Amino acid sequence: MRVVEKRQLLSAEEIGRTLHRLAHEIVEKSGGTRDLALIGVRRRGVPLSERLAKIIRTSSSVSIPVGTLDITLYRDDLSTVAPQPVVQSNEIEFTVDDRDIVLVDDVLYTGRTVRAAMNGLFDLGRPRRIRLCVLIDRGHRELPVEAAFIGQSVQTSDTEIVEVRLQEIDGDERVMLVDRVS
Amino acid sequence: MLERLQHLLGAETLTREQVTFILDQAKPFQEFQRHPLKKLATLRGKTVALAFFEPSTRTRISFATAAARLGADTMNLQAEASSLRKGESLIDTVQTLEAMRPDGIVIRHNASGAAEFVAQRLAIPVLNAGDGSHEHPTQALLDALTIRDRKGRLDGVNVTILGDILHSRVARSNIFLLSKFGARITLCGPGMWVPRELELLAPNIRRVLRVEDALAGADVVMVLRVQTERIHEPALAAEEYILLYQLTAKRLKLAAPDALVLHPGPMIRGLEIDPAVADGPQSGVLEQVTNGLAVRMALLYHLVGGAPADAPHPAKERSSAAD
Repeated sequence: MRVVEKRQLLSAEEIGRTLHRLAHEIVEKSGGTRDLALIGVRRRGVPLSERLAKIIRTSSSVSIPVGTLDITLYRDDLSTVAPQPVVQSNEIEFTVDDRDIVLVDDVLYTGRTVRAAMNGLFDLGRPRRIRLCVLIDRGHRELPVEAAFIGQSVQTSDTEIVEVRLQEIDGDERVMLVDRVS
Repeated sequence: MLERLQHLLGAETLTREQVTFILDQAKPFQEFQRHPLKKLATLRGKTVALAFFEPSTRTRISFATAAARLGADTMNLQAEASSLRKGESLIDTVQTLEAMRPDGIVIRHNASGAAEFVAQRLAIPVLNAGDGSHEHPTQALLDALTIRDRKGRLDGVNVTILGDILHSRVARSNIFLLSKFGARITLCGPGMWVPRELELLAPNIRRVLRVEDALAGADVVMVLRVQTERIHEPALAAEEYILLYQLTAKRLKLAAPDALVLHPGPMIRGLEIDPAVADGPQSGVLEQVTNGLAVRMALLYHLVGGAPADAPHPAKERSSAAD
């Protein structure tokens, strides 16, 4: 699949500032951080959740537990995919019961990943609340899913792809809008 | 790029990379066994036929549980040993199974080569749960996972297999699998059950007839049950076996410190293994059972899950699904 870059949505600096703003919003709108926990959705939600927790720690001196969720086994498209995608472990050291959970992912698109993530969470326990934090909301929802914390909302077309690059995974740091080329 | 595994017929034909892949994929399923809710929808709508033509409790329950936890349905086919003696041909068995249209078959049969025979005649994935004296690959995989977890590695481990090796498909599968990682294997047991020809199965195997010599320096001691149902010549008297080959606590001290003790089960306490050893801190017997579930879930997920191998690629690629 060949792609061509259309425009940059966020530079490295803008990603940093956006995460700072999101971290403060999360603390402000949680009515207390006692039961708060962040869970990053693999893959790119993971470094984002870790960075948010770090910002919260340094600015509010509050340590919020962070976990990692792999949604592969909960995907709704597995029967159409061959070979099956590689499964990875969750890494959630705390109990999910009665927690105020903020799910963190890079891009919100159809909402299917979030549906799968919620199924995964419910297998682990019964959270008190789940809210969603994303870097980019690109529209085109196919399920009734919404984010409480949004970095940037972008209007996109079906052929476009929002490409997020993060240092921890891609060795690079930017968000771009790219288009498929036939 | 890992070649897609279609069947799991034996350890001998697996590559080292395929073994590593299966063990790595078992890890998330190990973690899954600790979830409060152990029920996925991943293989919902799929049916796994459990065709056990030899008595089995632990392997059958393990596969059935693995399928159920993945959300699959199972067909339980259990033939009594007596109907096999009545001479139902394997071809008839295969055609009966195919008529029920399962998405995958787990088969245990008393004829060596049965799993491959079935795989050649059906278009669905076949998983060998034990064929005659030939192979029991899922046992070797769960043993390897247990060794890797406890010892931190498979490469170059010293493994001693103790007991009736000749009739043991568990021993064969373990020999094939562990050799791929350069393990040094010592086979020990009564002479008539450890023929010299076994040394040809893989490089770095030696055959030792005295248990004291066999245990020296072993990182892993694999104890086998005496297979009374498979032998036809006069067996060794139990007292003699215990005297010469039982893994006692005292004999275990001859092995490397903190050597791992494994047993495929079922154990005959007081015969091939001292109960104190079976229940002791070096025993990995219970972990083997949990790991068996994890390995079988990983295998069913990859082999029975998904579109058939020849299905066309999905038209759309969503970044949310692929991330």
